Amino acid sequence: MGSKALDLWAGVFVLAGIVALFMLAFKVGNLSSFSLSSNNYLLYANFENIGGLKVRAPIKSAGVVVGRVADIRFDNKDYVAKVTLSIDKSYQFPKDTFASILTSGLLGEQYIGLDAGGDSEYLQPGDNIKKTQSAIVLEKLIGQFLFSKAEGGKK
Amino acid sequence: MNAAAKGIPDGLRVLGGWAINSVRRLGLASRFLWATLIQSGTSFRRFKLVTREMYFVGVYSLIIIIVSGLFVGFVLGLQGYNTLQKYASEQALGLLVALSLVRELGPVVTALLFAGRAGTALTAEIGLMKATEQLSAMEMMAVDPIARVVAPRFWAGVISMPILAAIFSIVGVFGGYFVGVVLIGVDEGAFWAQMQAGVDIFDDVLNGEIKSLVFGVTVTLIALFEGYDCYPTAEGVSSATTRTVVISSLAVLALDFVMTAFMVGGW
Repeated sequence: MGSKALDLWAGVFVLAGIVALFMLAFKVGNLSSFSLSSNNYLLYANFENIGGLKVRAPIKSAGVVVGRVADIRFDNKDYVAKVTLSIDKSYQFPKDTFASILTSGLLGEQYIGLDAGGDSEYLQPGDNIKKTQSAIVLEKLIGQFLFSKAEGGKK
Repeated sequence: MNAAAKGIPDGLRVLGGWAINSVRRLGLASRFLWATLIQSGTSFRRFKLVTREMYFVGVYSLIIIIVSGLFVGFVLGLQGYNTLQKYASEQALGLLVALSLVRELGPVVTALLFAGRAGTALTAEIGLMKATEQLSAMEMMAVDPIARVVAPRFWAGVISMPILAAIFSIVGVFGGYFVGVVLIGVDEGAFWAQMQAGVDIFDDVLNGEIKSLVFGVTVTLIALFEGYDCYPTAEGVSSATTRTVVISSLAVLALDFVMTAFMVGGW
């Protein structure tokens, strides 16, 4: 085989590798959702308990993904979790929007659900979402249930 | 002195000889790597030397990589479905297939196949060149065999390995897709969506590629060194080829554990 054909096949080989890498990045990985981040704006929300929420968890409103969790910190002054929400610029939410941590399915991952309120003013970039609801921690729920059962039994 | 008392120093001598020989070979291999890196200028000035070797090392390995990737994907799809359906979470099949391939199986299985397919060929080729005194002939003509023969093969192996691993992973994902979605009937949207939500481009894809790059250096270096260092006889070449497969497979698996431990962040 001539040297030209060798080069051609080596070129095809490298090209196949590059195509495979791109497919791994876009089709298998999540690079496509990264491209959003340039035209996003940030909102903040404090939660008493975030349960198992992770950075880059989806933020959904009416079930549609509108952004991702950018950062989670512990606020040592108020002893709450300070969550930074990165929301797509094309979506605006009223000032009295309600943020709650929900679970998809029984064992699924946790996400932040946004329920739009009725306020005429919109949340500006950097604003704090005031109304939040913590994650439901199953152990606490069971504890409460058992406690109320025990109370009921006494009467 | 009876035979039992004599046996202990003999055993010690064997152990000591083995240890000294191992350390000596490790040192020789390091010097060999250093010499290869220093003499790499020719490979990059005459890049045709490298593309030619990439044809033999990379393109020839494509068939075995693609077929193995496909079947590994099939098996992952079947086995994963079997386990996941017990927890009624068969939608996570795509995530399971993609993560296992991209993080572990892609780099590791490709490196093992690469050692068997390309590594042995490199060892035998260079060993035979040495046995037939082609390498000495080159030195006689003031051509450095490391620059002309070893370095292009080294770089071809290092470049080919991550490419092969990426191809293996993507073919495996489609194998899993075929079994999971087309044959078994897992929801197609959930298959891709869970995969894209769970596979991180840096933590998973990039780390997998870093792994395969390290494996590429390891396997190619071992193959070339064994060939270069073998006894220049037919027997010497055959035992060097065997050593290539054994040592590079063990090195790949051991390195994989170390790198996974660092990447997962257990330490």
